[in-house]
Amino acid sequence: MYRYDHYDKTLVRERVAQYRDQIRRYLAGELTDDELRPLRLQNGLYIQRHAPMLRVAIPYGLLSSTQLRTLAHIARKYDRGYGHFTTRQNIQYNWPKLEETPDILAELAEVEMHAIQTSGNCIRNITTDHFAGVAPDEIVDPRALCEILRQWSTFHPEFAFLPRKFKIAVNGSVEDRAAVLLHDIGLHVVRNDAGEVGLRVMVGGGMGRTPIIGHVIRAFLPWQHMLTYCEAILRVYNLHGRRDNLYKARIKILVKALGIEEFARQVEAEWEATKDSPSVIPEGELERVAAHFADPPYKSLAADLGHARHLADNRAFARWVERNVRGHKRSGYSTVTLSLKQSGVPPGDATAEQMDFVADLAERYSFGELRVSHEQNLILADVREAHLFALWQAAKSQGLATPNVGLLTNIIACPGGDFCSLANAKSLPISAAIQQRFDDADYVHDLGEIDLNISGCMNSCGHHHIGHIGILGVDKNGSEWYQVSIGGRQGCSAALGQVIGPSFAAAEMPDVVEKLIDAYVGLRHDDELFIDTVQRLGIAPFKARVYGDNREVAHG
Amino acid sequence: MAERVIRLVSEGFTRRSSPRVQDDGWRVLGAGGEPVPETLPAGPVIVPLATWIARRGELLRRAATVGVWLEPDDDPGALAADVATLPLIAVHFPKFTDGRGYSTAALLRARFLFKGELRAFGDVGRDQLFYLRRVGFDAFSLPPQRDPVAALASFGDFSNPYQGSIDEPRPLFRRRGPAGLIARASPSASCALASCWRASRR
Repeated sequence: MYRYDHYDKTLVRERVAQYRDQIRRYLAGELTDDELRPLRLQNGLYIQRHAPMLRVAIPYGLLSSTQLRTLAHIARKYDRGYGHFTTRQNIQYNWPKLEETPDILAELAEVEMHAIQTSGNCIRNITTDHFAGVAPDEIVDPRALCEILRQWSTFHPEFAFLPRKFKIAVNGSVEDRAAVLLHDIGLHVVRNDAGEVGLRVMVGGGMGRTPIIGHVIRAFLPWQHMLTYCEAILRVYNLHGRRDNLYKARIKILVKALGIEEFARQVEAEWEATKDSPSVIPEGELERVAAHFADPPYKSLAADLGHARHLADNRAFARWVERNVRGHKRSGYSTVTLSLKQSGVPPGDATAEQMDFVADLAERYSFGELRVSHEQNLILADVREAHLFALWQAAKSQGLATPNVGLLTNIIACPGGDFCSLANAKSLPISAAIQQRFDDADYVHDLGEIDLNISGCMNSCGHHHIGHIGILGVDKNGSEWYQVSIGGRQGCSAALGQVIGPSFAAAEMPDVVEKLIDAYVGLRHDDELFIDTVQRLGIAPFKARVYGDNREVAHG
Repeated sequence: MAERVIRLVSEGFTRRSSPRVQDDGWRVLGAGGEPVPETLPAGPVIVPLATWIARRGELLRRAATVGVWLEPDDDPGALAADVATLPLIAVHFPKFTDGRGYSTAALLRARFLFKGELRAFGDVGRDQLFYLRRVGFDAFSLPPQRDPVAALASFGDFSNPYQGSIDEPRPLFRRRGPAGLIARASPSASCALASCWRASRR
């Protein structure tokens, strides 16, 4: 993974000093709340319901075991012993003290981490495929591009005060596991007819209150121009994006207002004038950064007979392998998802003990590295097949082996109204109630792949728009209600879910999900997945099943 | 009453210049929404873009004592013909979180090649100075309640930024020494890395 040189180290240390001085001036009354807010947000610090919340960047989701141990240490020393992994591959602490946040950042800097631009109206943490570098369908490893983008976007002087937040995702494989169609800028690695590597550039996608699938603005951009082209897009957005209305300030609204053709014309004109700048990426720089992501010392392995025997003998192990273990570009190796979706635990939460434990597992089984997925799980990317059984047993002992990746109970959820001051409604109790209702692992397994995503408000941190089943918390006259949509999906054929009708009270939600599932079980063809049944039949039969004869309990 | 302004001296808007607090003779007209008087006061004045456009012929005769200021939504291209003669262009920041002025400044310097004093004024605070300097501002007028002398320290917040901008167009990857070019791992250790990125048919 990328290791800091003295330039990188100096920069994060200077940031800690700058932030420490800002907090000092704030506590001394030299900075007002309004003056501090944008500054602290650009360091990931929110003021939440109960306490500040600090969001720490995990660039493109990649962590070393040392870094994970530091995250555990911070959870213990400055928080209540746990952290929450987010849908943007970051980690959040819900209980730090404002005065201690500079010390937290100083400890992070020691392990080459920071909270820079994890919030605020600036370019946020770059995200990518959690299987980058090991996926069998990869075109090129996107992590070098991600790191080059991370450096470029860090303290970019022209784009520190954008109309609104700005998210960039990069995908390097055929399959899209980075939701590039749902980002302000999505970059999808492609090869042209001459075999050269470039990027398909998408713009104006996003979830939030106005969910929109991104538009292709350039079908093939030579990778050398990644930065110059992003700068052109950002300059047009910075100058012309709306600043009069917070809810209409994202780039997707500008693209929609101008139309993609006119927006593209302006970007191309800007790019034409700037594309030969020194920001063109030299091959040497790509090589310098890419060398950090070189393959670990893999062994040439034959198929493991022990593994085959365990699969045949142990049904629970076989099920876990089926759900949580995926193929690898090198034979004899696998990627393993450690589930943070144990029933009864908020999705994405991990205790300090679990983090330390996973750090040990990463060292023992996966070259000391791990990833955070946007589905809020942890991933060991380079596990030998022969080690899977031992790893499974170890993970089970810490509640990290729930075999539910891709299944209904692998719920994605934001922290919701229990923690977040933006939320209209709680999301964690809804998630817990649904997991409780579907606690029969065999049944959940038979249902096949179903993404269920919950957001506590329109900001859509729980990605409800792209859940096969999406649940959105809404506020109606001060009480909490839940709007349900179905038919959303992630990936290359990303789609936004359709709302099935009036919203529900919290207590009704397990019943509603159960009715959707019952409808699916009654309607499906053979091995048809939930999402495919919805696509084939539309929402009508599901709607009828859910609302059926008890319309009176539903509220508009 | 002499106001004070922070100016980058000796090397203009490059990274090598140093910031100093100086007395300021320029007067901004019309920034509070008040009308610009028919007869301009004596001494150096900075007029709104609309005034400049309406009274350009007359104002050009005052040459060195007239500057123009831009609102965030003013098009800097409107001054394309005047950049060689104007001694000063100022950009207004009604709120420091309105970042349009950063792109305006970058365009004035890089696209329209403005070489005169480029001044940020309005809701400008010390925590923005590092960014403002990078995009080409070389003068900074803080509101009266903010101490410009204390603010000088913030210019040095970061010693070596990653990306190119106006004050230093070369990104760090073009400024690194040869030692930085080979950070770790020999190419042979990777999967024929360079060849993955070059043209190849799969």
